[in-house]
Amino acid sequence: MEVFASRSRLTLIFSLFVLLSLCFRSSTSLSSSTSELQILTAERRIDLVSHIIRVVLTLKVQNDGASPASNVLLAFPPAQVKHLALIQAAELAGKKRKKSVHPLDVKPSNDADGPNGAKLYSISLRNPLSTGSSVSIEVSYVLTQSLEPFPVEISQSESQLVLYRDSALILSPYEIKQQTTVLRTPSTKVESFTRVEPSTQTRTELKYGPYEDKPSFSYVPVLVHFENNNPFAVVEELVREIEISHWGNLQITEHYTVVHNGAKHKGGFSRVDYQSRPTFSGASSFKHLLVKLPPRVHSVYYRDNIGNISTSHLRTSYSKSELEIEPRYPLLGGWKATFIIGYGLPLEDVLFESDDGKRYLNFTFGCPIAETLVNKITNKVVLPEGSKNPSVVIPFSVERRAETSYSYLDIVGRPVVVLEKENVVPEHNSLFQVYYDFHPMFMLAEPLMLTSVFFFLFVAALAYIHMDISIKK
Amino acid sequence: MVGKPDAVKAGSKSSQSPASNQATSKPDLSSISTTFSLKTLKLKTKQQELLIRVTILGLVYILAFITRLFSVLRYESMIHEFDPYFNYRTTLYLTEKGFYEFWNWFDSESWYPLGRIIGGTLYPGLMVTAAVIYWTLKFLRFAVHIREVCVLTAPFFASNTTIVAYFFGKELWDSGAGLVAAALIAICPGYISRSVAGSYDNEGVAIFALLLTFYLFVKAVNTGSLAWALASAFGYFYMVSAWGGYVFIINLIPLYVLVLLITGRYSMRLYVAYNCMYIVGMLLAMQIRFVGFQHVQSGEHMAAMGVFFLIQVFYFLLWVKNMLNDTKLFQALLRIGVTSAVAVGAIALGVGTASGYISPWTGRFYSLLDPTYAKDHIPIIASVSEHQPTAWSSFMFDFHILLFLFPAGLYFCFKRLSDATIFIIMYGLTSMYFAGVMVRLILVATPAVCLISAIAVSATIKNLTQAIRGKTGQTVSAKGTSSTKGSSKQQASVDQSIPFLKNGATVLLFGAFYLLSRYAIHCTWVTSEAYSSPSIVLAARGAYGQRVIFDDYREAYFWLRQNTPSDAKIMSWWDYGYQITAMANRTVIVDNNTWNNTHIATVGRAMSSYEDEAYEIMRSLDVDYVLVVFGGVTGYSSDDINKFLWMVRIGGGVFPVIKEPDYLVNGEYRVDKGAAPKMLNCLMYKLCYYRFGELTTEHGKPPGYDRARGVEIGNKDVKLEYLEEAFTTSNWIVRIYKVKPPSNRW
Repeated sequence: MEVFASRSRLTLIFSLFVLLSLCFRSSTSLSSSTSELQILTAERRIDLVSHIIRVVLTLKVQNDGASPASNVLLAFPPAQVKHLALIQAAELAGKKRKKSVHPLDVKPSNDADGPNGAKLYSISLRNPLSTGSSVSIEVSYVLTQSLEPFPVEISQSESQLVLYRDSALILSPYEIKQQTTVLRTPSTKVESFTRVEPSTQTRTELKYGPYEDKPSFSYVPVLVHFENNNPFAVVEELVREIEISHWGNLQITEHYTVVHNGAKHKGGFSRVDYQSRPTFSGASSFKHLLVKLPPRVHSVYYRDNIGNISTSHLRTSYSKSELEIEPRYPLLGGWKATFIIGYGLPLEDVLFESDDGKRYLNFTFGCPIAETLVNKITNKVVLPEGSKNPSVVIPFSVERRAETSYSYLDIVGRPVVVLEKENVVPEHNSLFQVYYDFHPMFMLAEPLMLTSVFFFLFVAALAYIHMDISIKK
Repeated sequence: MVGKPDAVKAGSKSSQSPASNQATSKPDLSSISTTFSLKTLKLKTKQQELLIRVTILGLVYILAFITRLFSVLRYESMIHEFDPYFNYRTTLYLTEKGFYEFWNWFDSESWYPLGRIIGGTLYPGLMVTAAVIYWTLKFLRFAVHIREVCVLTAPFFASNTTIVAYFFGKELWDSGAGLVAAALIAICPGYISRSVAGSYDNEGVAIFALLLTFYLFVKAVNTGSLAWALASAFGYFYMVSAWGGYVFIINLIPLYVLVLLITGRYSMRLYVAYNCMYIVGMLLAMQIRFVGFQHVQSGEHMAAMGVFFLIQVFYFLLWVKNMLNDTKLFQALLRIGVTSAVAVGAIALGVGTASGYISPWTGRFYSLLDPTYAKDHIPIIASVSEHQPTAWSSFMFDFHILLFLFPAGLYFCFKRLSDATIFIIMYGLTSMYFAGVMVRLILVATPAVCLISAIAVSATIKNLTQAIRGKTGQTVSAKGTSSTKGSSKQQASVDQSIPFLKNGATVLLFGAFYLLSRYAIHCTWVTSEAYSSPSIVLAARGAYGQRVIFDDYREAYFWLRQNTPSDAKIMSWWDYGYQITAMANRTVIVDNNTWNNTHIATVGRAMSSYEDEAYEIMRSLDVDYVLVVFGGVTGYSSDDINKFLWMVRIGGGVFPVIKEPDYLVNGEYRVDKGAAPKMLNCLMYKLCYYRFGELTTEHGKPPGYDRARGVEIGNKDVKLEYLEEAFTTSNWIVRIYKVKPPSNRW
């Protein structure tokens, strides 16, 4: 009783504090920039088909204020910010035929948070929006781990149901004249959804809206409970070692820890059912993963720490290579598998020399497995021994460290550029560059060492044959 | 003492003969080189001979290595079978934690709840060897994984064995025989069976150590050098650290010394060699914790000690004889001396055994001397397939022509008796006997068979080539006769008497080459077909001739590793214990180190009881998962149902509740409708055939058709009450069940 009372008191104080601070903040931030803009139409499409949620938000923003606006703010509830993997924005210009898209810069806003801890992101417009004019902006963002399995544990014969929480109204620091939200579910099986009139369900689409004239920061929580049997393949950790050899090869080794992040498996696993009734039994489990590799890969291997895994197929073509891998066992909810994929690439495809004489590696950043989320990725670019001054060009923020690794016949060690990032989705599979200085003389160091060893060996043999070291005569 | 220097001469003579033999071939070579007029490049005879020898040895060295790589090429670089997984796991531990941690390692992951003191119950030689190789490579900046080192340790040591075989052959006969011995042992299937890449077992390095010890000892006896004797003691130490088979050395060498004593070949050289080797070797061997004081306390090592005292008596008597210079008195003294020495020895042995200070012979040792012993008394030894008596076919399979060359070689050895050849004769004969007792001991016999056969091959071919050359070059034969006294003198006398000698010799030479090439082909075939399967991964031919791989073992082990709590206890038959601890990283109840028969019997009892009784046993052992191996779907015959009778026997050996006849019908072991009711309802049957009755395994057969045994199973409606199926691999080879927690009682 004592504990409970004190806790409730604490919450009360805390919420009071939050309220107070919100009042204070809204008075400052809203007055400064937001009130001048308003959103004429907003359309939000939420794709719930896989476990990676992709949202496309189309806004038409109009400047009603006196001064031109250079930034447009977006707001996200705190629960979503945690799961926000990627956010991109683009300005749509022109009419239907001559539509053109201009990417815009999005970054967390320096302004204080909105009410209830809503986080703000600011989009920098290409040209400041003059008074009275409007602009169309398309924002796309990716949410991860926002589907909550319910029931939490299922048996082999059940299918997986998940919950999705969001707001029927778009959270925005501006007033929205007219808005709709469409949710796309993977199948027609929707157990329940919160009704906020007008809301309708047509086949695999749930539509909220249109709603008219909603004030800023309006929030109406909704809950959608639906079936999603798509593989919830999450790579908990991915370590990629990218090793450059100036003898013509780029060797990539990827260490995966994959987990099925859906509803946990409950009870026994029956092989009979799994083999004979694959559609009903273990519907949410997955057996295969598709790895998309660059074209011209060679010496591909697939193993784990107890040996090779013999179930994989590699298809190579001129434009791409696809490796279909099967973990040792099917992954049911909560089951885990670790494995290693390694492959080589011809160096001329990925390593170039820039104008100032520096060399640079041009390679993709993310996880090559299709439709997976990576909780933490570590890219280790191992530069050849003797290279100096590495620098990295990458389109998003990563944590960077430096290490030294030793491989065959290394004396001073190879400089390693370590790039770490959390919450990585397939959209992060873009190219990054690592620039470094390298003198070709270093290539000769190891062959010279080997030849000299053999040379001394032969000299020793020569000396042995020509010398008589016995004491007896 | 008088006749002995002769033996030394024989030994040293044999090492000289290749040089003189080489001299015979010199003229043709020099004539060639003069035609090219490259006098500056011409090598001296010694150098030519060295070059050829080194080249051949180098090639044999490489051949021995690469012929063992079939399994790596056909499967992958992986550890094979059962015991190697334990060795691999301990090596990994050694390289990660260092030697002291390894030495003091108490492993709680096996033999739950007893645990096992790993450091004190293993032969560390193999692990230390692999770790040293690994550390050296790492120091030289070769970024290799410890697994690769372990996989290639056995082939590497096989290569080293060929070098030792060469020197041994040279010591026994001449360098020609040495080269042939190296070539024969490089590809002999009897040795390859235990030393292919991936078969990371004690025997891999032990055969090298065994042969090295013998070679160094023979060298010590031949030279009387303290240095060689010391080297042999260190060889023995390495052998003791590597394999329990060192008992063979510590019994064979005293036996050999005894034979030399009896045949009047006692010499100072022998005295020095044996005493030094025995004392230093014994002291060194005591440093191995698993061996400890056995050298002075165990019945198996008493022969060596007896011979040690005997040789002292001999030495003393000879000294007295020198001092006395009176034959009659000496005879009396000899009689009294020998009798009292033997009597004192016998009394000491008797008292030691009776007081328990000297432990009696172990069951394994008994079963070697009496092949039927294990079958009656120790089912756990008898149940292992490699402990079965050897069939004739496997002799043929493993030795091929060596089986016929062996007696021929013995003949040559007897014709030129020396201390060294007496040794190889004794080694050959005793090891052949042991090879007949147990399949796995073919391995020990292999070096002896190869060496003796090499003597036969080398001597025969040398005689034949001399016969051929004897007609053409008269000058050569004179030199040839002087080198090898007995045989070539005969040859020379035969020269005149037999017509078509040259043709006959040519034909015989071609015959010998044909036989040897057949041997090479046979060895390669055996290696690739029979000895290069890792037995973890099973391969079969599919319907369209494609290769089908059954990787179910690793599928199951990896599943256990990833998806069970890290402290889960797995119950399985002991065969899979090492693999589970190494690959699944989980605690097991029993494993391949069969040190506690009762514990194994408990598992055997659980497997052969009804489910509710088994549940009690499993609860008492804290078992979380039960793993069974089942071949009914794939037709894999070495599964748990086929091993089941051994579980019953071993279980019944300790717990009389389990009776073998309960599982048999009229003495017949069946699983179909006619099977015994206890069989159809015991835990093992239920776990193997759970829901198997719903599955159609073969077209045109009823559901529940067991392909491994070719019958429709008798109990298709298996219900489990206390266990639930946790995982079954894709080909059903491994099935894992979870032991349910006890149900609530209210």
